[in-house]
Formats: sequence, C-alpha cells, structure tokens
Amino acid sequence: MLRSIDPATIENSQTAFDSTPAPRFYLQRRRRIMEKIVFSAFRTAAVVNALALAIVVYFMAANGWKAISWTFLTQPPTNSMTQGGILPCIVGTLCLSLGAMILAFPIGIASAIYMSEYARPGRLLRIIRLGINNLAGVPSVVFGLFGLGFFVVYLRFGVSILSGALTLGAMTLPVIISATEESLRSVPDTYREASLALGANKLQTICRVVLPSAMPGILTSAILGLSRTAGETAPIMFTAAVFYVPQLPSSIFDEIMALPYHIYVLATAGTEIEATRHLQYGTALVLVALVLGLNLSAILYRSRVRKRLR
Amino acid sequence: MNEAVKISTQHLSFYYGDFLALNDICLEIRENQVTALIGPSGCGKSTYLRCLNRMNDLIARTRTEGTILLDGKNILDPNQDVVSLRSRVGMVFQKPNPFPKSIFENVAYGLRVNGIRDRAYIADRVEGSLKQAALWNEVKDRISESALGLSGGQQQRLCIARALAVSPEVLLMDEPASALDPISTQKIEELIHELKTRYTIIIVTHNMQQAARVSDITAFFYVGKLIEVGETDTIFTRPGIKQTEDYITGRFG
Repeated sequence: MLRSIDPATIENSQTAFDSTPAPRFYLQRRRRIMEKIVFSAFRTAAVVNALALAIVVYFMAANGWKAISWTFLTQPPTNSMTQGGILPCIVGTLCLSLGAMILAFPIGIASAIYMSEYARPGRLLRIIRLGINNLAGVPSVVFGLFGLGFFVVYLRFGVSILSGALTLGAMTLPVIISATEESLRSVPDTYREASLALGANKLQTICRVVLPSAMPGILTSAILGLSRTAGETAPIMFTAAVFYVPQLPSSIFDEIMALPYHIYVLATAGTEIEATRHLQYGTALVLVALVLGLNLSAILYRSRVRKRLR
Repeated sequence: MNEAVKISTQHLSFYYGDFLALNDICLEIRENQVTALIGPSGCGKSTYLRCLNRMNDLIARTRTEGTILLDGKNILDPNQDVVSLRSRVGMVFQKPNPFPKSIFENVAYGLRVNGIRDRAYIADRVEGSLKQAALWNEVKDRISESALGLSGGQQQRLCIARALAVSPEVLLMDEPASALDPISTQKIEELIHELKTRYTIIIVTHNMQQAARVSDITAFFYVGKLIEVGETDTIFTRPGIKQTEDYITGRFG
C-alpha cells in the first residue's frame, strides 16, 4: 500500500532516526545484563575462595578445639606423644620461620635492589631472573634434600635450627625477591629524578626515597614469605625437625620439633594414630593461628608505615 | 641589562641511540635573567634543559657531543662531579613531585643528602626557602604534615622551595605550571619574576603567553635545532625567521 508522504515527515523521521533511542536502549540493557553476569561470576569466585578458608578453619576448630588447653600450649608432649602439649613444636616453628626471615630478608631485598635499581638490562639480568623464577618452581622436598646435603652434611651444621632456617630461607628467597622488586618498580621515577636533581647520589636516593616508598610492598613480601615458611614440612624434615625432643632449644645448633612435622608424625607415624586425632587437629589449629598471628602483626606494622607515607 | 654569560653551550648535539635529538646547539644563557625555551613537542627543548644538569646521564644509550660551559668550566667533562653540578643547577619538574615525606623533610632533603647535619641551620634554610617560594605562610602551621596533602600548586611551590634550599645558581624549570590551574600558574610566574634577581632561570614552556610574560630571552627550538634566540620582546613582535613567526602566531606546532 502506498501512502502519500509529505516532505515534512521525511525530515522528521530523519531526525527521529538520528536520535532514536531504541537501539541504544536495547544495547544498554544487554550490556548491563552482561556486566551483571560477569560481575556475579567474579563475586562467586571470591566468595568460594573465602568459603574454602572458612571451611578449613571450621573443620580444624571443630575437631581440634577440645585439644587446646593451657597444658597443650605450655607443656612438652608426654606418654609417647599421646598426651601433654606441643610447646617445643611452637617454639621450634617460631625459631625456624623467624630465623629464615632474618636470613632471607636482607639478601632478598639486596638482590631486588640490585635488579631493579642498579643492573643494566641485558643478559646477566635475564640469567639472574631466570634463576630466581626457576628457584620459585623447585618443589620444597628438593630444598629439603639440598639442605640435608649442603647445610647438614657438607657444612656440618647438623640437623639444627640453623640448617632448617637456611633451607627455608633459600626457599622463600624467590618470593621475597620478586615481591620486593615489584614494589621497587612501582615507585614512580619522578621520585628518583627529584632526588638525583637535588644532588643525592644513587645510594642516598635508594635509601632515603625509594626504599621508604616501597616499604609497604616489601613488607607484603615478608608476610608472604613468612606464611610460606611456617607451614612447610618437607624442607625441615631432613634438616631441622626431629620426632621428639622434650626440652626447648638452647642454641641454633640444636635439633627441634616443629608444628607441621609434628602433625605429620602424629598422623602417620605415631604410636596411636587414631587416639591422637584431636591432638593432630589441635596442632594444626595452633599452626594456623600462629601464621595468622605473625601475618597480622606484619600487616599492622605495614598499615602504620603506609600511614606515615600519606 | 645584565650581559654576563652564566652558561655557554657550544655545538651541543645529543643522541638517543641513533636518533639525533639536539643538533649542534649554540646558546648562551645570561646571568640573572629568565630564558624561555619554546617549540613544539619533541623539538628537544626538554632534552636541552636536562643536559644542563646532566639528568640525561640516567637514560641508557645516549650520547652527548659538544661543550656546556658553566662559569667557563665544561660540565660535560667526564671528571665533572654530577652530584655537585646538580646542587649548583637545580631543577623543577613538569609534574609536582614532592616526596612522600613531611613538608619540612621535603625541603630539608637536599641539605641532608649533601651532608648537612646542623639542625638549626637546616630549620633556618627550610624556613628561608619556603618564604622565597611564597609558601611559608600557607604551611608554617603544618610543616610536619605530609607534603602529599598540599594542593597541586602548593606542591609545585614546595618543589621550588626544595630546589632553592640547596642554594643553586641556576634553576631549570621544565613546564613548571603546565599541570596547574590558572591561579597557581600566576603564583608560579610571580615567583619566577622575584627569583630571577638571585638565580639564573631557564624555563621550558608550551604556553606562549607565559614565555612572553616571564622571560627576558626566548629561544625557539624546532626538530632538535635552535632556530632563533633573542630578547623576548623582539622574538614576539618582530621574529627574524619565518618558522618562529609561524609557531608564535599558532600557525603550526
């Protein structure tokens, strides 16, 4: 059917077409829906993550809660480790992880500073970076064997806190180096330029401007490293931890008990595996609490440092 | 007008890798005057500025040829101590870049890294520098608060104070007001006007009116070459070269 169309309508429809809201409206709706779907997927992923942690903690708490007591936290194990406490394990794990950090932190920061501030991009830097990345991929049991061969046997440190801390330190180095390097790189170059333009040399610039600005990131690296060392079993089972020592260590050359290894021993090699279930869970709970506690103190310190930078 | 030459640049060429960024620049900077460097982006004016305190040394694979005489001594000499050079030739950057430290520590920084420990002297210098940068009255009650809490214009004046604290003879300013609002810009320009009685100032700017307002001498750069240099009044009213005139009148660039 033909209709007569007067020119005015054409002009109107023309302008109406140009500014017609309809197609844009549909597009926007689709876009909005799409956005909602994607964001809910992201949210689900995040929630699942948190949920996993919550379930693990709940499971340990529910099963291990009745094992926790003053005696448990302050006494050595007794009666073939079916009774008593886990004090030597707590002390041992603290010694090992703090020792590892004391050894690895300065070396890690120094390497990161070299790589990010001094080294010229080139083959040497590529080789170093390749080495560090590969080190991060080495399984922890290999570190354990390395520690046994090198620190325990070759350097004659014996099975001791020192050997264990060195092994754990070597294992956390790549974590600390890459996190520190990352945070050094995120310090704006304008800070470096401003400092150099005022007549500071490179070392002064790094110590007075770059490092303080990167401190929160560096502390994050320490937190990551600390968490990793405290829970590791494989690197210490050949180098530091033993089945049973009731007395607390008196020197860095003493062998010790450690929480993760104690759990492993109770759960696989103890005399009464079933009867000590609650002790195993209790020990695991203490280990998680210890790691959380160490992390929390580092996080609190970090937020103080951040405030100072603002 | 003061005719004493502070910096004399002779046949200066600068390369980024194979790229010739400055091509045979000959330019004399006179003492206690403001010299403005103008020209389109990428013409080499900032590169030239950064040659004067050897900030370009920090960039890998660059090469400098020619001589730059500061009070008659070649600062491109490999034996030249860049640290002492940079305390004689201060710099203010395009974007305000105060350190994430207190206002006081920002200004004291240059003194501290140069080995000054005397607290009373440092406090004195900090106050003096902040006054010179016309910032003292605004910050005197919050001197130990973070510099990052200041407004952009205040931050830039803080950066000027920070540069002044080490008593430079020359002050390089790389588009010091381009990131600021008009009022802050005006304050910076007034400041430049006051500072030139004590310092030799070289300012890079994209803002033609600014060059005309603040400078005594204007130098026009184009694709790595110094096209024309002269008294600012002359350059802006009767430029000798067509390219300069085209740029100033906004026909290109």
